[in-house]
Parts: sequence; C-alpha cells; structure tokens
Amino acid sequence: MAKILDITLNGRKRADAVPNNLLLLDYLREVVGLTGTKTGCDGGECGACTVLIDDRPALSCLTLAASVQGHRVDTVESLGRGGHLSAVQRGFHEKLGSQCGYCTPGFIMASVGLLRRNPNPSDTEILDALGSNICRCTGYVKIIEAVKHAAQLQAAGVAP
Amino acid sequence: MNETVPTHNIGGYVPMIDGPEKVSGRAKYTADFISPGMLAGRIYRSPYSHGEILEVDVADAFKLPGVVSIVTGADCDKTFGVLPIARSEHPLARDRVRYRGEPVAAVAAVDDATARNAIRRIRMKVRELPAYYTSHAAIAPDAVALHEKKPGNIERDVLFELGNVESGFADADLVREGTYNCAEVCQNQMEMHAAVAEFDAVRNRMTVYASTQVPYYVHLMLSQILDMEMSRIRVVKPHVGGGFGCRTEALNVELIAALLARKSGGTVRLMVNREETFITHRGRPETDIRLKIGMTKSGRITAVECECYQRGGAHSGYGVVTILYSGSMLYAIYDLQNVKYLGKRVLTNTPPCGAFRGHGTVDIRFAFEGLLDQMAGELGIDPFTVRRANYLKAPTFTANDLMVNSYGLPECLDWVEKESGWKTRKGKMPKGKGLGMACSHYISGASKPVNWTGEPHATVKIKLDFDGSIIVLSGAADIGQGSSTILVQTVAEVLGLDMGRVRVITGDSDVVPKDNGSYSSRVTFMVGNAAIDAAQNLKALLIKAAARKLDARPEDIECLGEVYRAGAQDKGATFEEVVTEALKDSGTITVTGNYSTIPESHGGKKYRGAAIGGTMGYSYSAQVVEVSVDEDTGVVTVDKVWVAHDCGKALNRLTVEGQVQGSVWMGMGQAMSEEAAYHDGLMVTANMLDYRVPTIQDSPPIETHIVESNDPHGPFGAKEAGEGSLAAFLPALTNAVADATGIRFNDLPMTPDRVFETIEKHRRTQSRGNGARADSNGGT
Repeated sequence: MAKILDITLNGRKRADAVPNNLLLLDYLREVVGLTGTKTGCDGGECGACTVLIDDRPALSCLTLAASVQGHRVDTVESLGRGGHLSAVQRGFHEKLGSQCGYCTPGFIMASVGLLRRNPNPSDTEILDALGSNICRCTGYVKIIEAVKHAAQLQAAGVAP
Repeated sequence: MNETVPTHNIGGYVPMIDGPEKVSGRAKYTADFISPGMLAGRIYRSPYSHGEILEVDVADAFKLPGVVSIVTGADCDKTFGVLPIARSEHPLARDRVRYRGEPVAAVAAVDDATARNAIRRIRMKVRELPAYYTSHAAIAPDAVALHEKKPGNIERDVLFELGNVESGFADADLVREGTYNCAEVCQNQMEMHAAVAEFDAVRNRMTVYASTQVPYYVHLMLSQILDMEMSRIRVVKPHVGGGFGCRTEALNVELIAALLARKSGGTVRLMVNREETFITHRGRPETDIRLKIGMTKSGRITAVECECYQRGGAHSGYGVVTILYSGSMLYAIYDLQNVKYLGKRVLTNTPPCGAFRGHGTVDIRFAFEGLLDQMAGELGIDPFTVRRANYLKAPTFTANDLMVNSYGLPECLDWVEKESGWKTRKGKMPKGKGLGMACSHYISGASKPVNWTGEPHATVKIKLDFDGSIIVLSGAADIGQGSSTILVQTVAEVLGLDMGRVRVITGDSDVVPKDNGSYSSRVTFMVGNAAIDAAQNLKALLIKAAARKLDARPEDIECLGEVYRAGAQDKGATFEEVVTEALKDSGTITVTGNYSTIPESHGGKKYRGAAIGGTMGYSYSAQVVEVSVDEDTGVVTVDKVWVAHDCGKALNRLTVEGQVQGSVWMGMGQAMSEEAAYHDGLMVTANMLDYRVPTIQDSPPIETHIVESNDPHGPFGAKEAGEGSLAAFLPALTNAVADATGIRFNDLPMTPDRVFETIEKHRRTQSRGNGARADSNGGT
C-alpha cells in the first residue's frame, strides 16, 4: 500500500508516492537521494539519522515517512546559505567536532535544533541535547567546543 | 633523516581539508553510492557455532521473483586472510562453519525486501561439532580442532626469555604477581560495513567501493577470491566512517559483494546492519594475563614474567601478530633487561578478532601499570617515582632490539603530575574520590610490512600542469584521522605555498600509487616522509627552471613559494612563470617521493617473530585520572583526565588533540562499560544499547598536552598520535579507583554491578575481620 506524501523538505514542497511502511530515513536516502542523513544502527540507538521535523530533532529511523504528511522536514543539506557554511557547520568544521564525519549530520541537526530554541545553551543543556547521539572518534570534547563556537557565531549573526 | 625546518603550514591548528564536505552531508560513504538498477545484497549466516556442513539449500530462495543470483561456498574455493602465512577463511563457509553468524550464502535481488525474503528461505544442514567459547575450553586436551592445521586450537605459541629472569627475581626486594582479565571489545565504528561492487562482464573488469582502511589489501584479496588478475580490478575507497582497526584487513563483506556482482553480471550494493557489523568483528580479543614483576626498594624493575592467553575467534586474522605485539611491546617504554613471555593465541568458536586500536599492547599495559601501582603502594613510593626509576635513555636499543631514538615520556609525566596537582592532592582526596596515573606507548608504523614485496614503504606522486595547481596523489586511506590534510600541509610546507594551491587525490587504485593502508599508525610517519621527498623533488625541478628563466645558477635560486628569485635584490619570477618554464622540458610534470624504513628499525632475531614491534619511532603517553566512586551503587564517574602525549612534533595540533582525546575516551569505554558477550556463541551485545559506548553525558573533560621530542627520522620530527594514549587510560582508572576505595580491580570492564559486588564482598570480608587483602580481583 502506498500514499502520496506531501511535505516541505529543506524548504521545498514536494510530493512522492511512498509505501506505508517506508521509514523517513529510507525515504530521504533512497527515494529522494539526500544521503547526508546516515544510518548508524538497527533502530534508535545512535542518533546518526537525526533530522528536524518542524524544527524539533527526531530520529528518522523511527519515523514513518507517511507520518510527516504536511510537516516541515529539514536535513543537513538544508543548512548554509549561498554555498557558505552555517554557524553550526562552521563550529563542527573549525573546532574538529567532526573526524570521520559519519555521526556529524546527526550531531549537527541535534545542535541546530538546540540553538534554534536556545541560542545560548549552558554546558548541561548541550550535554542533554546531544545525549542520544553517539560519536566514536572525538571523545566528545571538541563536539562541546564546536557547539559553543557555533553559539558565538550565531550571536555574531551567522545563520544557525 | 629529515632536516626540513617547518615555516608556515606545520604546527598550527588546521581544520581538516574535507571538513566542509562532512558538515554539509556532501561527503559520500560507500552506502551512499546509489545507482539506478543496482541490486541489493544480503547475507545468510550460520545459526550454528561449529558444524560440518551437509547441505546448503538455496533452491526455494532462488524461486522467489526478483532474486537475481545466490552465491554459496560452492562458488569460491579460495581463502583469504591478512597474513600470508595464515589465510584460513572462506568468504562463504565451505565444509565447516566455525562461529555463529559466519556467512554461508548471499543473495542479490532487485530490492532489499526481496533479498531479505530470499534469505529466510535458505536452509542449511550440519553435523554439529563441539563448540568452544573460551580459551580454556578450546585448548583442553580432548578438544576438536577448528582447523586441521592447528592442532590443540593454538594459532600461535610464543615463548621467549631475554636476560636472566631467575636472577632478576632474586635481586628484587619485592616480587608480586597478579592475574588480569580484559573482556573482548569491538571497534563499533559509526559506519556499518558496506560494499558496492560493479562487474563489467563485457570487459571482465571489477570495481569495488569498500569501507576499508586498506584498499591495497582489499585489492589483493579480491584478486585471490575472484581468481582475477589484479589489473582487472579497481578498488575505490570513498569517505570511511571510522575504523579503529576493524577494517585493517579485507572483510568478507567486500569479497561477497564482488562474488554476487560477478554472478549477477551487474552492480550490487551490500550493506550489513549493526548486528552484522558486530559479528564481522575484528575487535580486541578477550585476554587473560598472569604477570609477575620483581622490584627493588627504589622502584627499579629487576625482572618480568608474563603469560598471556588471547581468545582469537574462529579464524587467524591478525592473531599471530597480536600475540607477538603483546610480548614485544612489554619493552620500549621502560628499561627492562630480564623478561620472560609466554603467549598463546587460541582459536575458538566466536567471531574472528583483529587489530583494534593499540593492537596487542592495551591489555598487557593495563596489567603492567596496575601491578607497578600496587607494588609502589606496598613499597611506600610514589607511582611517578617508580616510572622515573625505569626510564630509557634515548637513543638506545632495547633488550629485544627495538630502536628508540626519541623519548618524551619524562616530559609527559612532568606535565600530568603538575597539572593534576598530584603532589598536593594525591592521598588527600575526600572519601570516595581518587587519583591514578599510568603510561603507555605505541609504534609509528610497523617497520616490516605485512606483505613484504621489496618496494618502498610509502610512495607519493605529485602532478603539476599548466594551471599551476599542485595535485598530490596518494593511496593513504583517510578514515577520519586526517591523513589527507597532513599530506596537503606537508607538500605546501616544503614548496612554501599556501595550502589552497594544493589538492589531494586518494582512494582510487586506477589513479593513486599503492599504499599499504591506514593501520599501525604508519601514515603520518611513512607517507608524510614520502610526501616531503616528492615535494623536494618537485622543488628541485622548479628551481632548475627558475634558474634558466632568471639566467642564474640553480644554487643561487631562492624559493619563496609564490616567487623564485636569484638573490634578495632580484624581483624574480612568479610561481606561474616558473611552472610555464618547467613544463617546456617535459610537458606535464609528475614527480615521485618514496620512503623506506632503515634496517636498524626492523626489530631483532632473538626469537621467532621478534621483528614484530619494530618501528621507526615510539610515541609516549602519560595520564592522570580523577574518579568518584559511589560505593552504594557501584557507579564510577571519571571527573577529569589529564593526558600528555609525545608525538614527536605536532604537524597539526588540532588533529593531534582530536586523536589523543579520542584514544583516551575509547580506552575509557573499554575500561568502564564495553564488552562483547556471548550466549552459546551468539553475540548478545550486538547493538549500541547492550554494547555500552559512553555517551556525551558519561564523558569527562580531557585536558590535553602535546610533548614534542622531535624524532630524528619523523617527518618534521613527527611520530604517532592516534593510538598511544588509549592504553594508559585503563590502568590509570583502576589505579584511581584503588586510591578511592582501597580495592584493586584487575578485571575489565568495571561495570557498576561488578564494582558494587566487589565492594560488598570486600566489606563482608573486612567485617569478618579475617585479614582482608587490600588488593583483590574484581568481578570474578
């Protein structure tokens, strides 16, 4: 069984026929071709597939594509203006919050979600917001620095 | 010897050159190569731990509409394995299965759902054999051999005694012995294994995209398994989502994908899930250690005796090398003269182990540094004093012939001691809090490569053409550690150019020179030196051209990067003008740079396998860990870590810090929570909830300091930075917990239930007042 899914994906409206049991993650990667969102586990364990649904971080591997009918979905590909990196992207790049890069889109979207609702988070608020994302490279030290740097850039006028 | 002095691109905080792709989602990993019409692959795995295969029935699966091809052991009688002396593994089991989850058959179908349905229709029949899940069970006298050529299930038996251990112990004021157990751990890198194989039936050519650290080894094994000439194979390594040693050998995933693609006559994408990624394994073996050390009152080590059993899993993998490292790397950190080592690598009915970060050194270092700490306590001397009493004096050769030219360990100790406030705080911490310290070291690449061919250890090419851009061609596999960034920095540095003029191409066997791959922390040292050589060769050509252009002698030409001039008064020629002049000789310029290790670094011949451990330079690390222990719940919290790492010279301080912090943290996972556990051979922790990786909320601040001992052979003096700081965390933690609780934990991981149980046992023993020992084994 399939339905027509109408969504606003990365700011653009689109409609696709999707099977009822298709995960949002597989819709993004395999149907639309936005492979920035990553698969890192067998369901809900690692956070690599985090996207924003109406500005709130959500695990696309635990979300049915059909359930976001009429909603806004933003992936890592939505960030940055005119080819330039956004504040959070710059934070992760400049402070080495990303090493192998595989968990990075998930961490970035979780951080974007945090900074959109709380532009000046405390250390505890950063840890809480990123507590369900796993990184295997950094030991998280530079991820925390990256988010703080991003908050400063955002305060200086760079888009999150 | 490299006498190039860095001027502008080396030694700063340089973000990675591929960072913009990673933070924008544009970086493509193997599973992201989606093409129209490609087939989906899936693997059928053995539900048995050990059995003789009687039948693999795929007929029912093949009838399913949409199934294009099915491969089984019958399709390939070749074996693979990373060590030429131990290629025991079939990509799909033949005759026998040896662990639960071993690949038996694979399907290529029009989509993933069809492939999964087909897998459910495959049946196998076996005659079950006894299965062994511990080293102890596998080496019992009546045990059935997993492999005919390995009687007694011993993959490799190592025994050496150097010096005189008996007289060493006789000279000691204190002799202590401990037993230690470290659970099996997995790399669990974020990217699950994947391969895309494209078979061109018209030309009989195979292209494989693989999530690997070693494209060249994958190339070799594809050739062997497919029985195809290497010239017909192309291996592409896209972005790789971490490795940590899991991908330092060809895995069955890429080999099976290629077999499916050839049989299907098309393109197959084989993605395995997280559970299968765990089961493909190649992690650190469960290790049992008995360690005995003799020490004088002043802390000088007089003798060491070490016995080590590793549960290696069902196939050889790197096993022989791992058990040898565990012996040889007892050396090269302290001055040891009298050492006896007995190592046994055991074959068991569990997934094959591999070369996890810190290969072979970590569990041994845990035992060693723990026992040193315990003995220091008994002798009433400070743990720092014990280490200082046993320093090496570089340059030197160890008793097992390992070459040590630079030795920054003393500076590492001094920094962590000072910054942690050790002298004023140690022994005066409030109840439930403690401080512990430990040291570790690692190699900068094995001096003798696994596949010895006589070629240089590393080759880098640079192309320069009409556009004036410098293209570096290298087979070095960037898996997130930043090797491509180091290549750009290095070449730009030598040529005096901005990094923006230099681009790097890696990861395509059609284009780049062969490289042995990213393992044993070899890339910065070996490929970095080859890059310097290549850049110097290019610079010589450019200087010659500039001399011609400026009508001067080459020795009078000064290279300022964007300008070449003949003396300070000359306005000179621009880089573009010099390039145009240089191209007149040969058209497009291609230069080669090479690097080979020196024979003195190749390790010794005092025992069989003594070359393992030989390297051009050892990194050193010291750590202090501060903990809080909640004795009512058994929860241990790491409050802070201070780490100092001697990497010779930090070519890029940002990535060195990142590597050191990542190593410390990975050591923390092993020490505190990570464990691959099995039930009847079934891995029951094969997901990221049961295999407990520390989250950001569990992870401490890590104060990081770089020590630069300037190795005489390293590129700009650099040595290893990505592995050496892992091992010291484990004993620094247990030493800190011993400081906090008076209880010494010799078994890892120190999960809260183990800690609680041990503390309770200790309390009961103490309350009975029957001479409780302060040092007891935890969790056994």
